[in-house]
Amino acid sequence: MSEPLVHVTGVSFAYAAEPVLEDVDLVVGTGEFVALVGPNGSGKSTLLRILVGLLDPATGTARLFGDDPTRLRARSRLGYVPQRPALGQGVSATVDDIVSSGRLTKRSWLARPTATDRRAIDEALDAVALTELRRERVSELSGGQQQRAFIARALAGGPDLLVLDEPVAGVDVQSQLSFRASLEHLVDGGGSVLLVSHELGAVAPELDRVVVLKRSIRFDGPPEELAGQGVSLGVHAHDLPLWLEGITG
Amino acid sequence: MTPAHVAARLVALDLPLPWPFEREYMQLALVAGLVVGVTAPLMGTFMVQRRMSLMGDGIGHLAFAGVAGGVLLGIWPVWSALSAAVVGALVVERLRSRGAASGDLALAIFFYGGIAAGVVLVSAAGSLNANLFTYLFGSILTVGPDEVWVVVALGAVVIATIGVCGRALFAMVVDDEWARVAGLPVGALNAVLAVLVAVTIVAAMRVVGILLVAALMVLPVAGAQVVARSQVGILRWAMAIGAASVIAGLGAARQWGLAPGGMIVLVAVAAFAVAVGGAAVSRALAGRRTGARLREDAAHRHGHGHEHGHGHGHDHGSPHGQGPIADPEPARGIIGDRS
Repeated sequence: MSEPLVHVTGVSFAYAAEPVLEDVDLVVGTGEFVALVGPNGSGKSTLLRILVGLLDPATGTARLFGDDPTRLRARSRLGYVPQRPALGQGVSATVDDIVSSGRLTKRSWLARPTATDRRAIDEALDAVALTELRRERVSELSGGQQQRAFIARALAGGPDLLVLDEPVAGVDVQSQLSFRASLEHLVDGGGSVLLVSHELGAVAPELDRVVVLKRSIRFDGPPEELAGQGVSLGVHAHDLPLWLEGITG
Repeated sequence: MTPAHVAARLVALDLPLPWPFEREYMQLALVAGLVVGVTAPLMGTFMVQRRMSLMGDGIGHLAFAGVAGGVLLGIWPVWSALSAAVVGALVVERLRSRGAASGDLALAIFFYGGIAAGVVLVSAAGSLNANLFTYLFGSILTVGPDEVWVVVALGAVVIATIGVCGRALFAMVVDDEWARVAGLPVGALNAVLAVLVAVTIVAAMRVVGILLVAALMVLPVAGAQVVARSQVGILRWAMAIGAASVIAGLGAARQWGLAPGGMIVLVAVAAFAVAVGGAAVSRALAGRRTGARLREDAAHRHGHGHEHGHGHGHDHGSPHGQGPIADPEPARGIIGDRS
């Protein structure tokens, strides 16, 4: 079996004296679509920030493509979509500008974009259905369209693993459907997805595994197994958040 | 005239330019002004993007302390100002990036600290040196060839560095967290940005003065944001507005005997006003055209239905019925670039 893309073992983390993660294990393999869910303050974003190398764990180890995430050599294999940055009027960049920056993981800063770069940018825009808006200023788009632009930026680098932090929070239904299509595009091409969210309605049918986190891992298995516990991810979109809030401990 | 002659005349700034730049002192002012008119908006574009528009002011005040220190110690004030501005900019950036102080608070600390240090150093020098005013308010018409070539060298450093790091800097100012995960050296890029802002301010202080340097960093960018959408478009427009403001400001200052630094900034303010006004007129015209088209379409539909009412047996495929009813284009400015 090939080495997993994400391999977290016994990770703990605390902000000051407040423990946020305790003895967390997580594995994401090649071609898997995994959702990491949990109530607010459950440590999801902290775990994600450890995974992408923005934080060091207090104890335990995190490996991304077999490397320490803070010293990752194969940066271009990772596509990251942070929680939507608050783009104000001050940020003047078109969708094209944003998506083009995704190619910086692949080429030298000095090099002018090649035909390969332009093709990758076109494909990424097409995957999130933003081709027609590519020359629009990002700060003038809806929240869902902005989020799709940031997903396209991650896709433009041709990642093996796409990590997304709350990508559909507050996003309209149409954008959620486009979002699902863009993730399908990546998984169909052999890529893996780790999605942090507490709204899984749009992507529920595509998931291979659901991991429930509330300081420690409370569930890790296929959605059908979670459904066996009476929790619906798709049809009754509100079931999951209610269930998550009800987890005690 | 051979290339050697051209080069020799360029170095001596003895160029056959028309009024108001036919005199050597105006040509020196023009060269220094154009370098600053291009580099200040270039750096301003990054500072506006990261919502630190007033960094030029804060670092400018540190540069003033450096000038005062240079006067006190008998050092050429450009070098002492450059040292103070670079060190100060790096400390401000470190405070901001470490979260020890927010960007505006870090600037405020240095804003007041710099001006206070400047005042103390001036008083320590024993008198208020008139030379200080040329740095506070600018004195572009008195710059000598040595100063011009220092300004040109500083400008070349800024432009060359942006040429190398520009794409990475843009990615960072738009989304700092993404840039870190993408493996960009965010700490080093922030330091580069801070140093370049300091270098630009020192280059600009004899042109428009420390008190107005931030205006030349911000105003052309504000105007460019009205007419352009893309990062490259905004950069080009901002640099063009900055350069045009210098040329027009110098010309107006010579014609009417006014302060050139202030005139350059006032022209930049006027350029911003023209850009905003032009965009408003453009939107209004686009709205009128859209309204006229909708009224025309409505009239066609009305006429089409009327004929039917009279039993003329119009074919349903009549061209009258095929006009686009809606799908109006969003009102767009006619002066905006789409690059």
